[in-house]
Amino acid sequence: MIGAIRKPLRYGFELIERPFERVFGPALNPLAQLGALGFFFFWIVAVSGIYLFIFFDTGIEQAYQSVESITNDHWYHAGVMRSLHRYASDLMVVMVATHLLREFAYDHYRGARFFSWLTGLPIIWLLYASGITGYWLVWDKLAQYVAIISSELLDWLPIFGEPIARNFIATGTLTSRFFTLMVFMHIAVPLFLLFLMWVHILRISRPKVNPPRTLALMSLAALIGVSLWNPAVSQGHVDLARAPVEVGLDWFYLPLYPLTDIWGKGAVWAFLGAFSVMIGLMPWLPPLRRAKAAEVTLDHCNGCGRCAEDCPYEAIRMVRRTDALPFPTQAEVNPSLCVSCGICTGSCPSSTPFRRSEELVTGIDLPEYSLKELRERTRETAAALEGPGRVLVFACEHGAGAGGERGVVPVPCVAMVPPSFFDFVLSRKLADGVVVAGCAESACFNRLGVTWTQERFTGARDPYLRARVPRERIKTIWASTLEVARFERERAAFAAEIAALPPPVARKAQPSAPAARTPAPDRVPEGTS
Amino acid sequence: MIAILRAAAQFLIILALFGGVAAFANWPVYRQTPQGTAVIMVTFVHGADRKAACRKLTPAEIAKLPPNMRRTQECPRSRPPLYLELDIDGAPALRATLPPTGIAGDGPSRVYERFVVPAGAHEIAVRMRDTPRSEGYDYERTGRVTLTPDQLMVVDFRAESGEFLFR
Repeated sequence: MIGAIRKPLRYGFELIERPFERVFGPALNPLAQLGALGFFFFWIVAVSGIYLFIFFDTGIEQAYQSVESITNDHWYHAGVMRSLHRYASDLMVVMVATHLLREFAYDHYRGARFFSWLTGLPIIWLLYASGITGYWLVWDKLAQYVAIISSELLDWLPIFGEPIARNFIATGTLTSRFFTLMVFMHIAVPLFLLFLMWVHILRISRPKVNPPRTLALMSLAALIGVSLWNPAVSQGHVDLARAPVEVGLDWFYLPLYPLTDIWGKGAVWAFLGAFSVMIGLMPWLPPLRRAKAAEVTLDHCNGCGRCAEDCPYEAIRMVRRTDALPFPTQAEVNPSLCVSCGICTGSCPSSTPFRRSEELVTGIDLPEYSLKELRERTRETAAALEGPGRVLVFACEHGAGAGGERGVVPVPCVAMVPPSFFDFVLSRKLADGVVVAGCAESACFNRLGVTWTQERFTGARDPYLRARVPRERIKTIWASTLEVARFERERAAFAAEIAALPPPVARKAQPSAPAARTPAPDRVPEGTS
Repeated sequence: MIAILRAAAQFLIILALFGGVAAFANWPVYRQTPQGTAVIMVTFVHGADRKAACRKLTPAEIAKLPPNMRRTQECPRSRPPLYLELDIDGAPALRATLPPTGIAGDGPSRVYERFVVPAGAHEIAVRMRDTPRSEGYDYERTGRVTLTPDQLMVVDFRAESGEFLFR
């Protein structure tokens, strides 16, 4: 049932994201920066809010007057800040909603990722509480409407003895202290929101909390442009003798308010409760079938820490050595955080298919898809290749390449394949060329698989792809499941290129690239001997 | 040159998206009630008379009580419900039994009801019982009010003076 909703939604996202990726490039694609943009808009709201507070007066009559002065008399600084404050708040809602839908569509909410999903729920509640208390402070007709409907909703709950909404239907019932209270709430709630945003990313390695500078600058410039084009204004002073029956609603923060008239307050609460319960239960509806967590083999672990460095889920940490080997630390896997992506295996210096040892064992490996099994599959798949341009594909199971029928070695993430494997395939002439087929560049299922692979190829990250490996025989194709046709086209073109190349010259062993730090002393890669 | 055009295209897309968000930040306008109508709101908080439900203790019951706790009558903690009626232009608009609030039922009853009526003159009658009697009313008021479009008229009750307020 949930899968039936997720699939078309994912299709929809893919459909939008690929053109965005073409225009913006993978690094600046806003759809791959939703969380970071959410943080960015929060900071804009915070800074503009602090600036506005300098000019805001909390008196019952003065509140509206001070906001009018901000908007009209000081439009060129405080007025622009008001618009920035408001539109950045709206954009934060848009970012949060799109982020939630996208994580759902890409199945990024089950298994080890449940924590970020669950902590996102109170963020939504607090985000709305922050926005609604802000609208209250302006004390215009919209504020009156928000005050009455919010109080009516709260009054529906059997908590308060006297209806709060009675405070907003006649003059003389409100005092200036009420605005002091609202200002306090409008500051305290966002502070708590920020705290929860921090909790939200606690279990994520290298969370993106800042968008790329270019994207941030363009967003800020666009926000200022929109603020000048359509400045945020008040909707007339509160008149408690008149019902606020016609208001320009902020449809991002207040879409449920009209529903209190249509559905009734009980139904709106029921909707909110059902939404919260559903979001809370979703990681287990149904639970993700989790492969066994990565396991460390201490005899092959020299405590180099690359696996802990590369794990996108903070599932590995380096702890004091527990065996007799002369290394200070060893890797330790937290099974509850591990998603079995295999990136740790790809980063381990012991993960080399050249090794002579009979049992191919590495420092950290997936019990259900070991390095040994990967080498066997590589050999078997390569053996079936024919023709002049034999291309072997290492394909991420979440990308376009996974569906290929021939010559494909599927992996949970392309970063699971250590660079030495490509060397192995080409130097042993198992194939004439290698395609590394990952997810779409800006939508890596395992967050950092694409980045790590690229950095390993360019020599920016351990373990490097050795300099001796002919680069013209390796191609990366980053393509989503929607782009199978492009993937096949590029693979065929690459195969034709490979076929036209002269046969590789048999080479002598060369010194290794600066990549490898000292591997475990008792294991010597065959290729370097 | 291509890089500049590309950056311009990126900026224009962001600008268009943000412009759309800004547009929906206060548009379209939402109208809660139809044009040419006003709102009559009945709202007050009032505790029903608890004394009316008191029972006189018999001399035998009084004698059973400890000497320092003897009293002549026993009053239940819970309040009886209020009964409220509102007629607009002679037609019944509200007939409600308002239970007391609180877990023990000892809090005041409360009412908060909204009625949308066409703007213009209206005859309003409001009646309430706050004692356990089954006939008649303890408080009532009738009056003619003229409402302008979108006006909010509140029917309130002041227990201190024991009267309904039209404001």
